[in-house]
Amino acid sequence: MKELRIHGRGGQGSVTAAELIATAAFEGGVSAQAFPMFGVERRGAPVQAFVRFADKKIRLRSQVYEPDYIIVQDSTLIADVNVFAGMKKGGIAIVNTAKGGGWTVPPGVRLITVDATGIALETLGVPITNTSLMGAFAAASGEITLEAIENAIRHRFSEELARKNIEAARRAYNLVKGAA
Amino acid sequence: MMRFIEGSLAVSDAVRMCRPDVVSAYPITPQTHIVESLAEMVANCTLDAEYITVESEFSALSACLGAVAAGSRAYSATSSQGLALMFEVCFNLAGMRLPMVMTIANRAISAPLSIWNDQQDSISLRDSGWLQFYAEDNQEAADLHYLAYKVAEDQKILLPAMVCFDGFILSHTYEPVDMPTQEEVDAYLPKFNPCQRLDAKDPISFGMFAFPEYYMEFRYAIDQALQQSREKIREAGKEFKEKFGRDYSALVEGYRLEDAETVLVAMGSLCGTAKDAIDEMRGAGRKVGLLKIRTYRPFPGEEVAAALKGAKRVAVLDKNISLGSKGAVGLEVKDVLYGSGIPVLDYIVGLGGRDMRKRDIERIVTLAEKGEGDLFYGLREEVA
Repeated sequence: MKELRIHGRGGQGSVTAAELIATAAFEGGVSAQAFPMFGVERRGAPVQAFVRFADKKIRLRSQVYEPDYIIVQDSTLIADVNVFAGMKKGGIAIVNTAKGGGWTVPPGVRLITVDATGIALETLGVPITNTSLMGAFAAASGEITLEAIENAIRHRFSEELARKNIEAARRAYNLVKGAA
Repeated sequence: MMRFIEGSLAVSDAVRMCRPDVVSAYPITPQTHIVESLAEMVANCTLDAEYITVESEFSALSACLGAVAAGSRAYSATSSQGLALMFEVCFNLAGMRLPMVMTIANRAISAPLSIWNDQQDSISLRDSGWLQFYAEDNQEAADLHYLAYKVAEDQKILLPAMVCFDGFILSHTYEPVDMPTQEEVDAYLPKFNPCQRLDAKDPISFGMFAFPEYYMEFRYAIDQALQQSREKIREAGKEFKEKFGRDYSALVEGYRLEDAETVLVAMGSLCGTAKDAIDEMRGAGRKVGLLKIRTYRPFPGEEVAAALKGAKRVAVLDKNISLGSKGAVGLEVKDVLYGSGIPVLDYIVGLGGRDMRKRDIERIVTLAEKGEGDLFYGLREEVA
């Protein structure tokens, strides 16, 4: 079983990202589970959402403490929240930043930075970074395909919004693939 | 069809396929998504029901009571304080022998205010005469609605039923759920056809006055119906397995009980985490198993006693506390095993959303092996 923890602020779409990533995994034939850190619904407050991937039915219900992957939607969180806490060796941390790193990550963890805010502003016109980071996650982790993400976005959003979000996911995907 | 769906929406879709005539509910976290979804279905004509909006949970359940008395299939859902406000109506539904189904998205009770999960809300209604089912996952949560209506509306039972699933932990989790077709549900769940109903042309009364010469017999009759409902649940579970493939023919479910020395007993979503913890402990050579209680009312005493008879010790995980006494499941298990010589240790866990991890289950097994129990597990150091 692999586990993903998404860190964001209320309003950045962390819960939606978890849902869409898990939906994409499910449609790819993987057993998946997505759930939010409950009860923190204030805009701007630190939030978490979780995804599990497995090849058999997922029974575990606790929160994710030792993630294989993390996504950080807002790098200003890193000063307040230990987003890297408990990460497994060989894990991947995807952080949204235009500045490119400088954080100390746990040993054996690969840090990938993406300017998801820049991509979101160019494609969507608003700084909602979840779909860009989903593309980056697909490219970095291989847990889900870009195609499955596109399908999940298509099911979730209206046509025009889906088109823009798919563009955002593709650009981040290609950026991370190109850097790898 | 297997769908990747939020727990609340799996429940609301299951309810839709049960074809309720009347839905009345008042939104409360974490039940809200269920009733929002049903209101939308009624507005979009995908559910042919009357959605009665009300100003409180007391009115919501009262509207349901009237609807069932008039011969309708009724549905409601609530959590925590909402259920507390329904307290009086809950007893009336059971007393008037009016069957309906209500989903409880289990949540802690104030004060202090907590929106997070434990099972204190529904456990506090354990004496109300309702059947109570507890779901481990969203598949069970959805499935138990079809089964609950079938058992509740049986002419020999005629009692309301709660389907309890852990708030947020299940209600807000997306996972795969196998949803049947409307035709399949129709073939399983017949139309509600009560032998008595309110009719202006042929007036009758429900829940009238009872003198001391008769009141006890009414209570006896409810108890008898609940006692007999065990067999109806088994029958309905067997038919469910034949039609849908999933087996609810027993009121409990054993997991790796063979040669288990320490047996955990739990209800609800905690059972999933416990099963994973048990697999790890078994891998390390520890003989541990789980008895999941799916039906808390009626309490399946005989099945529990039979499942636990080979255990060296029993560790009950209670997401509730009968303040001044012990956990409500622990008390039942102690009663069932009275005289057997098997020690029953009770652990109050996970109140108000305190997370339970695999390592917590393992630590509780270690405590039980040392004979340390009947305690609140995992209290903060400054309190403990």
